[in-house]
Amino acid sequence: MNAVPQLFFDAAALGGIYAMAALGIALIFGVMNLVNFAHGEYIAFCVFALIVPSSDAVAVMFLGKAPAILLIPVLLALGALIAVTSEYLVFRQLRNANPVAMMISSFALGFVIQNALLAVYGSRPKAISLWPDLNTPISVVGASVPLLQLIVIITTLLVVSVLALLLKKTRVGLEMRAAAENFTMARLLGVRANVVITGAFALSGAMAAAVAMIMVTQTGVADVRMGGQIMLVAFIATVIGGLGSLPGAVAAGFLIGAVSVVLQAALPLDARPFRDAFLYTLVIVSLLLRPQGLFASASAKPRV
Amino acid sequence: MMDAHRQNRLRALTTPVILIAILLAFVLIITATGDKSLARMAAQTLIRVTFVVGLWIFVGNSGVVSFGHAGFMAIGAYCSAWLTLRPQMKGMFLPDLPPWLASAEWPHLPATVVSGLLAALVALIVGAAILRLSGIAASIATFAFLAIVDTVYSNWEGVTGATSSVVGLDRYADEWVTLIWASVAVLAAAIYANSASGLALRATREDEVAAAASGVNMYRHRLLSLVISGFFTGVSGVLLGHSLGVLNPNSFYLGITFITLAMLVVGGIGSLSGAVIGVLVLSVLIEGLVRFERGIDIGGASFALPSGAQEILIGIIMILVLIIRPTGLTGGRELRLPAFGLRVRNSKQEPQSTN
Repeated sequence: MNAVPQLFFDAAALGGIYAMAALGIALIFGVMNLVNFAHGEYIAFCVFALIVPSSDAVAVMFLGKAPAILLIPVLLALGALIAVTSEYLVFRQLRNANPVAMMISSFALGFVIQNALLAVYGSRPKAISLWPDLNTPISVVGASVPLLQLIVIITTLLVVSVLALLLKKTRVGLEMRAAAENFTMARLLGVRANVVITGAFALSGAMAAAVAMIMVTQTGVADVRMGGQIMLVAFIATVIGGLGSLPGAVAAGFLIGAVSVVLQAALPLDARPFRDAFLYTLVIVSLLLRPQGLFASASAKPRV
Repeated sequence: MMDAHRQNRLRALTTPVILIAILLAFVLIITATGDKSLARMAAQTLIRVTFVVGLWIFVGNSGVVSFGHAGFMAIGAYCSAWLTLRPQMKGMFLPDLPPWLASAEWPHLPATVVSGLLAALVALIVGAAILRLSGIAASIATFAFLAIVDTVYSNWEGVTGATSSVVGLDRYADEWVTLIWASVAVLAAAIYANSASGLALRATREDEVAAAASGVNMYRHRLLSLVISGFFTGVSGVLLGHSLGVLNPNSFYLGITFITLAMLVVGGIGSLSGAVIGVLVLSVLIEGLVRFERGIDIGGASFALPSGAQEILIGIIMILVLIIRPTGLTGGRELRLPAFGLRVRNSKQEPQSTN
C-alpha cells in the first residue's frame, strides 16, 4: 500500500465534490450577486428524492430503483427544476433588493426546504444504498482506490470541461460570462437577463444533483443535514477562489479538499478532532493575504 | 432655545426609553397571565433581544453581516459555566480545567460580566484580523470564526464537555434578570450609535470611500463596535446557559445564527428599533405557531397544525417580509417621541435621519 498516491486520490475525490458544489454557488453569484445558502438544501432534496417518503429508519428506494441510465438524467433534471422553481418564486421577486436581504431570503428558503424534508422524512439519518458496487476498491498505481473515487475525479473533470465548453461555445454561455462580468452593462447590450439567470439556476441545480448522487453512494446515508456542511465548504471555496470566478471556485474546491486530507494525515492524533479549526484558520489567513480571492479576475476588484 | 440639531440628538435618546418601555410592558403582560411556560418564553425572548441588539451594534452600524456572533455567545456561556458551576461538578464533568478555574465558585453578576469581557477580548483579537477585510470576505471570515469555535468547543472533551452537555447550571436567568440585561444592551446600543464613533461607522456603511476621504478610520470604528457587540452577545450566552441550565455546542451554531439574523433583517437591519421589534414579532409568532401545532380549540372543534409546519411557516413569512419590505418592518426608522412644540419652526430643515 502506497501512502502518497492514496492521499492524492483521497484529496482529488474530496476536492472534486467541493469543487462541484462550489461551481454551483459561483455560477449564481456571478450572474446575480446572490450568495445562495439554499444550495445545500438542493443537495439534500435530491438525495431524498431517491427514496420513498416515510419516517422509517430503513430507506426504501423510490427513484433510486431506476437504472442508472434513467436515474442520472432524471435526478439532474429534478435538481435543475427545484433550483429554477426557487428562483421563480423567491429570487425573481427580490431582484432589486440589496445583497443582504437576498442572502437572508436564501437562508430562509433553505430553512423551508430543510424543514419540509424533516416533516416528510423524519429527522433520523437513513441507511441508503445506491450503487454499492462502486465502493469496491481497485488497485491503481499501488494505492487501493474505491471505484467511486475514480468516478468522482473523472466526473468532476468532465463536468468542468463540459461547463467550460458550454460557457465558451454557446450563446447562453457567452451571455452568462458577460453577465458575470458586468450584469448591468450586459443587459444594456441585449443580454436576456431572465434566460441567463434561469440558465444559471438550472445548471447550479443540476450540479447539486450530481453532488447528491456522489455523496449518497460514498456515505450510504441520507441525512437532512448533509447539505449544510458541504454548502459551507463550497461557499468558502467560492470566496477564497475569488467571487464570481468559475475556474477560481473549482481550483479552490480542490485546494480545500487537498488541505483537509493532508491535515487529516499530518496532524498528530490528539489534534485530529480539531482539524476543521485548523482548516478554517487557514481560510482566514488566506483571506487576509488575498482578500479578493486566490484566483480573482482583474475585474473583481471593486472600482471606486 | 434649542437648535434643530441639538433637539434631534435629544430625541434620538428617547429611542432606548421607548424600547425599554416596550420590553417592560411585554414582561408585565406575560407575568400578569401567571403562565409558567409563557414566563420561560419571555426569558428566552429577552435573551434573544440581548443577542440581537448586541449583533446590531456591529452589523447595523457597520453594514457587515456577521455569521460569527453565535461564537461569542458560546464563549460567554461556557466561561460562566466554568466560573459558577460547583467545584465537585466540574471535577466530574470537566476534569481538564486548570486548578484555579476548577475551584472557582463566583457569584452570578461578576461571572456574567467577566464572561462578557472574555467574549469582548476574543472579539478584539479576532476582529483585529478579520476587520481588515471588507464586504463579503469579512462575512466569510466571521463564518470561519464560528466554525472554529464550534469545532473547538465540540471536541475539547475535558474543558467543555464536548458534545455531551454541561449540566447543572444555576437557572437564575428568569424574565426579570434577562429584562435588565436586555435593557442595558438597548441603552448601550443607543449610546454607541449616537456617539462619534457610531456616527462615523454609519458613514462608512453608507459609503466607504466617501467616509474614508472625510478622514474616518473605518477599521478602528468597526473594531470598537465589534468589541462592544462581542460583550453583549457573550452576556446573552451566559443568560441562555443560566436559563436552560444545560450547555451544548450545538445550541451555538447555525440554528441560532440563522434565526437571530432573520429577526434582525425582518425587523429592519438599519435601526435599533428594528432589532428589538424583529425579535419580539418573530418570537411571539413562533410561540403562537408552536401552540397552534399542539392544537387549539375554536368553537368546540380542535385544530392543529401538522408538526414541522411552524418552521416552514416562519421561513415563508420571512421570505414574504423580505419581498414586500426589503428594508424590514421598521424600514430603518427609529421609534422616537414626536417632536416638541418649539421644533415646528425648523420642520423644513429637518432631514429626518432614516439611518
